[in-house]
Order: sequence, then structure tokens, then C-alpha cells
Amino acid sequence: MTDVSPTSGAAAPGVKQPLLETRGLSVDFGGLHALDQLTFEVREGEIVSVIGPNGAGKTTLFNAITATVEVSDGDIVFEGQSLQGLDPNRVTSRGIARTFQNVRLFANMSVLENVMVSQHCRTKQHAFGALFYTRAFRQEEAEIRRRAEEILGFFGTRLIGYRMDQPAFTLSYANRRRLEIARAMATQPKLILLDEPVAGMNPVESAELTGLIGRLRDEWGFAIVVIEHDMGVVREVSDRVVVLDHGVKIAEGDYADVANDPQVIEAYLGKGAGER
Amino acid sequence: MGSIASFAQVFIALSNMPVRLDERLIIKPVLSLGYLVLLILPFAVGYRQGHQIKREGVPTYAPGPNEVVGGFLCGALAGGGLSLLAVLLTHFDLREPLVNWSPILLDLLAFGNATWFAAVIWLVIGGGMGAAGGVLRLLGPRSRRAVVTMVLVVLGVAVLESLVVDLAEGLGLEPLTDRLYARRGGVNWPSAVGLAVVSGLLAVVGRGRFRQARTRVSELEGAKRTQANVGLILLTAAVLIVLPLFAGKLTNELLANVGLFVLLALGLNVVVGLAGILDLGYVAFFAVGSYSAAVLTAATSPKIAPEMPWLVALIVVVIITGLVGLFIGAPVIRMRGDYLAIVTLGFGEIIRLLFLSDWLSGWFGGSQGITNIPAAGIFGLTDVAGTDPRRVFYLVLAFCALAIYVSWRLERSRLGRAWMAVREDETVAEAMGINTVNVKLLAFVVGAVLGSFSGAIFAAKVGSVFPASFLILVSIVILVVVIFGGMGNIIGVIAGSAVLIGVLGGPKQPGLLAEFSEFKLLIYGALLIWMMLARPEGLIPSVRRTRELRQHEMAQDAWLRGEVDDDDGGNGTGGASSAVLP
Repeated sequence: MTDVSPTSGAAAPGVKQPLLETRGLSVDFGGLHALDQLTFEVREGEIVSVIGPNGAGKTTLFNAITATVEVSDGDIVFEGQSLQGLDPNRVTSRGIARTFQNVRLFANMSVLENVMVSQHCRTKQHAFGALFYTRAFRQEEAEIRRRAEEILGFFGTRLIGYRMDQPAFTLSYANRRRLEIARAMATQPKLILLDEPVAGMNPVESAELTGLIGRLRDEWGFAIVVIEHDMGVVREVSDRVVVLDHGVKIAEGDYADVANDPQVIEAYLGKGAGER
Repeated sequence: MGSIASFAQVFIALSNMPVRLDERLIIKPVLSLGYLVLLILPFAVGYRQGHQIKREGVPTYAPGPNEVVGGFLCGALAGGGLSLLAVLLTHFDLREPLVNWSPILLDLLAFGNATWFAAVIWLVIGGGMGAAGGVLRLLGPRSRRAVVTMVLVVLGVAVLESLVVDLAEGLGLEPLTDRLYARRGGVNWPSAVGLAVVSGLLAVVGRGRFRQARTRVSELEGAKRTQANVGLILLTAAVLIVLPLFAGKLTNELLANVGLFVLLALGLNVVVGLAGILDLGYVAFFAVGSYSAAVLTAATSPKIAPEMPWLVALIVVVIITGLVGLFIGAPVIRMRGDYLAIVTLGFGEIIRLLFLSDWLSGWFGGSQGITNIPAAGIFGLTDVAGTDPRRVFYLVLAFCALAIYVSWRLERSRLGRAWMAVREDETVAEAMGINTVNVKLLAFVVGAVLGSFSGAIFAAKVGSVFPASFLILVSIVILVVVIFGGMGNIIGVIAGSAVLIGVLGGPKQPGLLAEFSEFKLLIYGALLIWMMLARPEGLIPSVRRTRELRQHEMAQDAWLRGEVDDDDGGNGTGGASSAVLP
């Protein structure tokens, strides 16, 4: 019903509390250290980019936060509470939502249903209400639908109208990515993890989505962590950039600092220098 | 294709089907069911060979005499299998590998004449049927429809003789059936011709109208269409309520059996069709429902005999089965895919073996089962027992209505959407905040409870329960019903039960074609294979299921029609949307 606003918290204006912290986070796959003693934090209302070459452990970081891979060492703290030992669905209901690098929609459900079903953990009507078609049930259904339409409306005319009732597999690639974000928004998170949101988009679409990421924070108050390879997007959106290589954080700071860091340039084998 | 059919023909012949079915006459002096079985395939092959695959750009040719010739060849090839068989059987002693060999079969194949006659006659018959199939291709759509209806009606009336007689008795139309059927069974051939003419005429006049009406309904706008659908449902309900009053015992028995399976299939549909959990041990819940109802109501139950009234017992049964569902589901539900199917299969057997075991025979009577289960009393109004199948049917009907309502409402709720999401992609569903374990467990329990209703009615109807009634076969038959009818679609599931259980019969219950009961599983298998090849989404599929199975085709069609969402064009982002990727 009400969207969580970062400024409505008890924190004094201007001072932003750490929303998510990882403390010495390690994930091992056999002998491989996918993440090695990673410590970083995300504050409320902040957009943090995570970059690094392929295999640096970026997606593993997301998987560790959302409890889809097992953490071997260290701790993840969200709003002052550890996320250790929670099931993925509990993490989501705590307020962390994610998108997937290789777009994973519910392909045969309609666009609207995709967003409606993602509100599952914020709604509570169960079999009883559905069977007896109670007033509360009808109200909640209407509310779920209204909110889904509102969220889809965020993307302009892209996902509303006749498209709402079409199965998700008919969507174009860019629209699938948008729907993934819509679905993450529907879980009413405080923090959204975007895994390569503009991958495969053309420059116009990616510029538009870059603007949307900013609006996600400004209008909806989400803190956002984004994995991205497109340096243009990273420069545009990030308050802070974290650079990973081989599971280790090699640099952190604002875009200009990071882009000039010799270690980062080395990690990218000169690719980073080319971007400048 | 002809040679494949010839193998099939030989197989059918050797399965002893024709011999068994020869006693049943279809059309008085001419045709017995045994021969009919052997005639179908050459005909089908002959018709099929003229099939053209429609492709864009490849011109289709008009059917011509080629069809007849091709049909004749294919049919003859199919018949040739039997010729060969006849020759082989006379010259070699094949008793050892072919258990069903008998002189009667040879006699049957040769029409009582010498072997060479059999060899020739089956070539000719096969060829003739095949050619007839080819000719059917040549006919225009109108006359083809008439011919097909004629044949189907005559065969249908003949094969379903017992049902027709039973219904006619209820309606007081006995003189008609007396004239229609010969004393020893089978339609008199004059009346067969009469039927054919009448039905052919009706087909030409009527069928087009039916199609018109259907398209008219589907073209209606939202609210009106709902009205039409509601009307249709009410009409069906009315027919189902009125029909048993006129039907005899036999038909009512059949309806009651079908109803029991509809109830089971609806329950399994929640588990398999909605939540996508492949449960191969569904019979466990049917068994638990039956046994707990038996223990609670029967005075003869070995250990405790509370002798509750049936309705009170039902409440306890629901609780017990729900708990058993939870108990079985909790460990099973964490698995996925094949593993889950295997484990459920195991649990299905375990439950049966428990009822059979000596260890629990003090409770459930072991292989003796529990007998003398009293009739189900409904508020003291009536007693529902197997001796009066009409009442059983009404009871089943009530519970089916309940089951339909439950699945219909749940499907369109938050829970139903969560089931859908779990079926689509469990990992993502979990990441979107759905507690997949709870949601799946709930599907399991709902399915279990619906199955237990069927079990409780079954116990009261039959009056006794034995472990042997709950073989793994029951699970498989119910699953076949669900798949055949159309997974995830309530109407499909009902249609599936009506066709499979009603016509062919359940695992132990005879269907309309009681003669086929020995070969039921053979036919089930053949039907299922054909269904998977031709129409994997089932008889009356759910829209969603079709989408899942035909996603790529549908996307392609949409693209061809130009409906595809080919990115965002000019709306909003300015003119440069066709920018080239870097």
C-alpha cells in the first residue's frame, strides 16, 4: 500500500544508514574462491554499481545475498539483522528483490500475472478467502491488480494496454528486461539487485533504462545495486562503484576515481582506459 | 505406413482380441466386433496416406484417383500381414512363442475355408478398406461429413447396445429397441441401413448449424459470453440431474463410476495440472479415504468401530487424509521432477502394503479387508449404497460440483497464481518471495482431500474395502485420464474421465465397451501414445497448457501475422530507435 520511503526513517536528514552490509563474505565452489572476504555496504537510497571482468564474482554476490548459493564464511546484514540461514523467499519478504542476468520470466503467464504473482509475500489471503469469495479476498485481489497496473505504468506505454494480457514470451527482449524490473518492484523491496539490466539493449533503450534506474530511486525510494558492463550506464547512474576481480574487491569510490585506478585498468587489461 | 499397420494388425490378431470379440454381433448377420477391429486399421491407413502437409509455398494438389490407388495399396499391405500370419500359422507350429494362437483364430481369419483363401481374402479386404479410405478423401467436405456420421452412428448404436436398451427402457421406448436389435445382440441389418440414412441426412442438414452456433457464441462480447457459458453449465447440470431418473440401473452404475473417477481426476488435476507436481501415487489418498471411512462407519471393523454416521465420518476422513497428505508431502515435496515422481510412486505402494500387512491387520483386516460397510446416510433422508446406483450418482455429483468449485476458485486466486509460478520456474518463484514448499504442500493436501471424498463414497458404495482395490494401476489410470482430457482444465478432465472410464472402463469397473475390458490397458496405451503425438495438450486443453507446449509455434504464428512486439518503434524515444547496436 505505502511504498517505503528512505527519508521517512528515523535517521537524521542527510545521514544515511547502511541498509545492506556484507562482512568478510566468502563463497567457495570447491577450491575456487568465487568471493573472497568481501566487505562492502549499501546505504539507503544509494545506487551502487558492481563492475569487474567476467568471472569476477558479481552474480555470485547477488546469489549469496538472495540465499541461492551457500555462504562459506562471513555475514550478510540487512537493516541490522543477519540474513544467514534464511530461505530465498524469506530474504525477498525482508525487502530484497532481484532480476536475473538471463531474463527468467514466467513465460506462459501474462504480463499482468507476472507482476501480480510477485506480490505474493506482501499479501495474505489464503485458500479460505478464495473458496468463500470473502469481501477481504475481493478487496485484496482488486488491490493486487491495481498495484500491478500502477507498477507497469511506470514503464510508460510499454507494458500496459493490450500487452498486459499477453503471455510474457511474446514480449520483445527489452520489454522482458523491463518486466523483470517490474516484477522486482512488485515485491515491495527496499533494495533492488539489478543483474545487467541493459545487456542486449540498443543505445536508445539503454539510455532510457538508465533514466528509469535513477527514477526508481528518486520516485520509489529503492536502494539499488546494479551489475553492469556498459561503462556509460555505470557513469550515469552510480553514486559509488565497487570493482571486483577474482572475488576480491580491488577498488571502491566514485566513477572517476575508480576509472583511473591503475589496478582496475590492469584488471580490465586496458579496456578501462579505452573507456575514458 | 502400410507395413507398420500390418504389424499392428498381426499384433491385434495375436492378442486374441478378435476371437474374444467375435461373439458380439454388431450388425446382425454380417459383422461382428471381432472383424470390425481388424477392419479399422486398413481403412485408417488408406485415409491417412492421402494426407497432405500444408506448407507455405508448396502447392497442394487436388486429390484424384491416386488417393484410391494409394489407399488400396496401403490397405492391402495392412491386410497382407494377416495373410502372412494365416500362412505361417498353418505351416509352422507357433504355439510356443504365440500364446494366444488357437485354431479358432485361424478359422476366423479364413472364414472357415482353407488357408489360401484366408491369404487372398485379407489382401482383398485390406485393399478394399484402404481404397474406401482413399475414396473418402475424394469426397467433398459435406458428403464426407455425412458418410462419417453415418458410419459412426451405426457403429455407435450397435456397440453401445446395452446403454441404448437401458435408456430406452427408462423412457418407455422398448418397442423401438426391440425392432432395432436382434435377440442375440447386434443391430438388424435393415435397421442399420435405416439408421445410416437418417443420420446421414441429419448430418447434412444439422452439422453446419451447430458450427454456426458455436462461432456465434465465441464471437460474443465478454458479459454475454459469460451468460451463454453459464446457461450451458446450467443446462448440463439439469441434464445430469434429470437423466438418471430415466436411466436404468446399468447406466446409473456407469455414471456413478465415472463420477468417482471424475472426482479423483479433479483432485489429481489440482496437484499435477495446477501446481505441476507429478504425483504417481495418488491412489494412496483414495485408499486412505476409503479405509478411514470404512473403519469409522463399519461395525465389523477389527480394532475400533465407532460406527459413526457417514457424514460425521467424512469430516474425520478429511482431517485424516489431510494429515496423511501433509505427512507424505513434507519429505516428498522438496524434490523436483523425476525424483519426485519416483518417490510418490513409492509412497503409493507403501500405503497399500501397509493396509495389506500383517502388522496392521489388527486395524485394517489385512488382505481380508473390511466388509459390511453400511450405506452412507445423508441427514437421515436417504441411505446411499451400491444397491441403488442412482443415489450414489447423485452423491458423487454433489461432491464433483464441490470439487469443481474448489479448483475453479483456487485457480483464480493468489494461491492459484503462486502454483502457476511454481510450475513455470520454481527457482524464480522462490526468488519472488513465494514459499514454494508451503504452496506445493497445500496443493498436495487439497488434492488428497478431494481424493478422500471419492474414497469415502467408494467405501459406502461397494460396501467393502480390500487392499487389492488400490493398486498402482489406479494411480496410473487417473493420471492417464488427466493427461488425456487436458491437464489443468476442469472440463477437459471431466471429458477425459467420461471417455476413458465411461467408454473403456476403469481399472476394475466395466465401461460401456465391456467386451474390451480385457484389452483395456492395451487401448489406453495406444490412445495415450496417439494423443501425445497428435495433441499433447489433451482432449480439451487449457489455454495455458497449450501455450507451454506450443510456445515456439505460437510465437512464430504471431510473427507471421505481424502481431509481434517488435520493439518499441517510435513511441517515446524519438526517431533513433532503429539505431545499430555498437
